[in-house]
Order: sequence, then structure tokens, then C-alpha cells
Amino acid sequence: MIRSEILKEIAPIIRDQLVVCNIGLPSQELHMIDDQPTNFYMLGTMGLSSSIGLGLALAQDKTVISIDGDGSVLTNLGTLPTIANNVADNYILLIIDNGSYGSTGDQPTYAGKKTSLTAVAKACGCENVIEVQDKDLGPVLQGAIDSKKMTVIVCKCDSGNIKLPVITMDPVVIRDRFMKAVSA
Amino acid sequence: MNIDKKITDDLVANNVSFVTTVPCKQLAGVIDEIDARKEIFHIPSNKEDEGMGLCAGAFMGGKRPAIIMQNTAIGVTINTLATLIQYYRMPLPMLISYRGELREPVACQVEMAVHTKALLAEMKIPTYHFHHQSDVEEFDAILKYTFMCNKPVAILTDANFWGGYGDQ
Repeated sequence: MIRSEILKEIAPIIRDQLVVCNIGLPSQELHMIDDQPTNFYMLGTMGLSSSIGLGLALAQDKTVISIDGDGSVLTNLGTLPTIANNVADNYILLIIDNGSYGSTGDQPTYAGKKTSLTAVAKACGCENVIEVQDKDLGPVLQGAIDSKKMTVIVCKCDSGNIKLPVITMDPVVIRDRFMKAVSA
Repeated sequence: MNIDKKITDDLVANNVSFVTTVPCKQLAGVIDEIDARKEIFHIPSNKEDEGMGLCAGAFMGGKRPAIIMQNTAIGVTINTLATLIQYYRMPLPMLISYRGELREPVACQVEMAVHTKALLAEMKIPTYHFHHQSDVEEFDAILKYTFMCNKPVAILTDANFWGGYGDQ
């Protein structure tokens, strides 16, 4: 499965949760598949989806899912020790690990070579780290939401993209709509 | 006057309850003070752009955030300031240790100091420079200004403000 197929499959699971979605194609795909006020689309700033999601989870009680990529986590690898040492049980980091920088033309990442983000997350001190194959993600993600324990999920999948338009929504509109959903 | 306590009191009085820090020798006292206050959730970050991500999330979660860092971090965070904090119009007080100014013992710190104000000006970031201890009196008004206008605001605090480096 490629990332857009995974997002299609988990859309019903995440649609009632607060979602912080990674820059580029992941946000564009989620926006096209199931646009929700509970989605925060990153239009720039590669690497910070996990950090924004953690800050949000620590600031309020609703469940927060950060959808990130292997390339983006590698960009901000310092996020994993921060997550491990500041446990928020309403926080799930979902790393869609396709071993490539999808939005820029599928250049390979080191996570697709020798580096295991699952092992890195565990070594950083994250307590609930689950590596899962794409087709098995749904129940694992639902289980993580239900467990109310901070969880890092590394979902291994194929690289590949679909053609779709950029998000033209104004960033302040995205942010304002999202904040209203957070406080609703 | 204890400036560490005054800064922390002003943060608390302005309902700033989520503070991320990347340490600097000059900031050690204020970081200790923040860490000790139960009204503030203190979350150290490994890099300043990561810290700004945490602050953005906390703001959207209903908390007033702040970041404490060194001026070298301006070189690290330009993209995050432009594409996250400014693009989505979020408030962010940035209490910045202004290394490389008068009474600085480490020559390399001057190399970023000479760019600091120019970069902040280029980014159209409102910038205040605390040089004398009495300048801290404006901190409360700067915090109110930041959350009024929903912008990142820089407060540069130099060695003279903090009382120099002792024996260095």
C-alpha cells in the first residue's frame, strides 16, 4: 500500500480525533480524502508535525494524532527524546514510513536503508512503540486511541504518490478552524 | 532586583503557562526559576525549531507559550518563524540571550551577534534590546503586546543586562 491508500483506510478512524498532518503530499491527500475541521494541515516547516502535535496534546485533553513521515522525523530526530521524556497519554505519533522523501520525488531516506525508526524511538525512551505493516494499521491505530497511552506507530509501506492539487485554504483559516474544533 | 524572578513573575501574570527552553549560560537562572514554578509547564527542547513547533501546538491547545533561547537560534529558526509562526499568525514571545555583545568573552559568539538584529529586522519581527537591568520593566508590556498582535516578538538580553560573565 502507498500512503494515500493508508490514509483512505484510516480516515474513518481519525476523523473524530485531532490530527496534525505533515507538510506536502500527506496533507494534500488527507485534505482530499476527508477534510475535517479537526485536521491541521502543515503548509510548510518540514519536520515539525510531531512537535506541534506533542505541544497540542500537552496543552489540552483530547486525543491528538500527528501524522508524520520517515523523512520528516529524520529531519527533526530530536523530537523523539522530547516525546519520550514528556509523556502525554493523549498523544499518538503515526510515522508513515515508506523509506522515501515522497513529496520531493521519492528519493530514498536512511529509514529505507539501515536505520530503524522503531529502534530509534525505543532507544530514545518511548515506551509504546509499535511497528506495523500497512495493511494491519487500522486495528493497531484504533487500539492505540482506545488504550489512552502515548504510542508511537511506525507503519511500513510502499513509496509512491498520486497526483492531486495543493491546498489553497489560507493558513489563518486552517488554524482558526482547527482551534475552534480543539475548544469545541 | 532579581531579574530572573521578575521575568518569571511577568510570564505568570500574563498567563504564559507553556515555556520551552534551549539553555544558555546567561539564561540558567531564569530557566531554574521557570522550572520551579508550578504555574508553568517547562519543556526543554533539543533544538529551537522543535521548540517553536511545541509552542505552536500549545497555542492551538489554548495555552500561552514562550520560548527561551540564544541568539544563535535565529540562524536555526528563520524557516519556522516564516512558515509556521508568522504564516499561521501565532503569538510567540522569544526571550533571547544576546551573546556576542559587550562583555562577551567568546569571540565566535560575535559572528552571529552582528547578524542578529539585521535578521530580525528582515523578518519584520518586533525587537526589544535589554541592556540595563531596569529595561526589564518593559517585559510585562512586551508580553501584552505580543499576545495582542499575534506575532513572534524578540527580546534580546545582553551580558550587561545579566551582569556580565563573572570570572570569564
